[in-house]
Amino acid sequence: MRELRKYLSFALGAAVVAALIVVPMNFNRYGLFILSQWATMTIAAMGLNLTLGYAGQVSLAQGAFVGIGAYTAALMTTHGLPLAGALALAILLCFAIGWLLGYPALRVQHHYLAFVTLAFSTLAFLVFRNESWLTGGTYGISNIPRPAIFGFATNRPLPFYYVCLGMLGIVTLCMWWLIRSPWGRAFMALRENPIRAQSLGVDTRRYTLMAFAIGSALGGVAGVIYAPLTQYIDPVPFNLSLSLDLLMMVIVGGSGFFFGPFLGAMIAVLLPEWLRFTEGYYLMLYAAAVILLLIWSPTGILGILDRFLAERRTRAASAKRAGTKSQWETVA
Amino acid sequence: MSAVLEVSDVRKNFGGITAVNGVSFDVQEGEILGLIGPNGCGKSTLFNCILGQLTPSGGEVKVDGKPVTGLRPSELNRLGVSRTFQLLQVFPKLSVRENLILAGQEHRGSMTSRLFGRSDAGLTDAANQMIGFFKLDHLADEPAGGLSYGQQKLLDAAMAFMGGPRLVLLDEPAGGVNPSMLSDLKERLAAINRERRATFVVIEHNMEFVMSLCSRVMVMAEGRVLAMGRPDDIRRNPAVIEAYLGH
Repeated sequence: MRELRKYLSFALGAAVVAALIVVPMNFNRYGLFILSQWATMTIAAMGLNLTLGYAGQVSLAQGAFVGIGAYTAALMTTHGLPLAGALALAILLCFAIGWLLGYPALRVQHHYLAFVTLAFSTLAFLVFRNESWLTGGTYGISNIPRPAIFGFATNRPLPFYYVCLGMLGIVTLCMWWLIRSPWGRAFMALRENPIRAQSLGVDTRRYTLMAFAIGSALGGVAGVIYAPLTQYIDPVPFNLSLSLDLLMMVIVGGSGFFFGPFLGAMIAVLLPEWLRFTEGYYLMLYAAAVILLLIWSPTGILGILDRFLAERRTRAASAKRAGTKSQWETVA
Repeated sequence: MSAVLEVSDVRKNFGGITAVNGVSFDVQEGEILGLIGPNGCGKSTLFNCILGQLTPSGGEVKVDGKPVTGLRPSELNRLGVSRTFQLLQVFPKLSVRENLILAGQEHRGSMTSRLFGRSDAGLTDAANQMIGFFKLDHLADEPAGGLSYGQQKLLDAAMAFMGGPRLVLLDEPAGGVNPSMLSDLKERLAAINRERRATFVVIEHNMEFVMSLCSRVMVMAEGRVLAMGRPDDIRRNPAVIEAYLGH
């Protein structure tokens, strides 16, 4: 039974990956752009899902890290440096800044922590906008080149979509490894009961800082591919509303569920396209849908699935119990 | 015999209130020390001071002769000092087995080695053994939050033993546990104490439990040590009867 389920989920995963590779082949330029954006936002949301969903630390600064990654990539590649170098630097930079941003979390939690991270988000935006000697200010940075991977140019939309998808694949594998390692367990312990975790030897300080640092680094990774995707960046996309969007993706998809960010990012990126026919009503419909979803299932879309599976298991268990009981009664 | 735990003149003030007022005692290796006293007499505060959850306002705590005052709870735990809590403290969304693996994993290797090592940190067998020992077999894969109160108490105790501690401080292990499970729990604790040479300090209000499990009993009242001695002597001590046991 367990083996069967393992094969089934493996087959399902393989089918989804194959579809993501094959189906977009005849998509137009715009469709590929949307799908590339989905992959990028999923990476950033996965980072936030680690910080918030697994480790329980609220952050309203994920968008700022996407910005730091994007500016790093834009500045380096427009000066002729390779994107891979930008990726390495952005990961280091965001990891270090994320680590520092984690320190307030050692003293304050929940709403207070949200405010601290919100302040950081605003600070980063002001740096992007005002330090024009570095960032080009409100004019931004244009003509960001797309990379050549092993000699293949990725200027056209389809090859660059595969770059985004490949990056998403690598991040997914790393995240999967991290979550199922003892670190993943320690992060969840941090979320569920930090005091008990401490008394069991979990260095809650170090794990809290790690949760921030790794989550932020993934925001940076997303930024590094966002810059060549749009090929032009200015400060506006990285203001507070991106952080809020990413937070929404994590919560709508299902905070603390591995595939929550995939779903959440899909809804946040694709729903506006599907609702395009409603014109001006799009945002209202989106907002109403989110309110209804969170009333119905505060744990997001995957929370609904989880609840359904848990109920089925409980029913099976109580049926088994009832079975043993009647057996016992016949013996007695 | 050597002292595993030495507490000398520990004090703790909260603003103008003195919760623990100069408590000194020591616990010998392999001993089970009972700690009793009326509610609010400072028992749990004393535990928290010993374990680093609170910083004592004064005094010193030594474990195996080494001063540990001021260490964080996680550091103290990795030195072999473990605890259970008065109120339920498990990780509700993790399964029973995952709770136990977590309880042991930080005692093995470095943080980096845990990232690249095995998912279960090589602790599945140890966790299963502990599950069997506390008779939680049928619940091993259930989320801990779905267990009954008594079962969660057993899990809480089991978690405290996963790291192979030298000293365990148990805060009301019997509270809210039904009589048949209670005798089970007592038997398990006595067995661990015997077989693993683990030393216990037990806060408990259930006198039958304390008197039959502990080799010595310390009585606290108003932040001070009122009496210390063998269970039979404590039971007959007039000051203890006056302050706590009643007539």
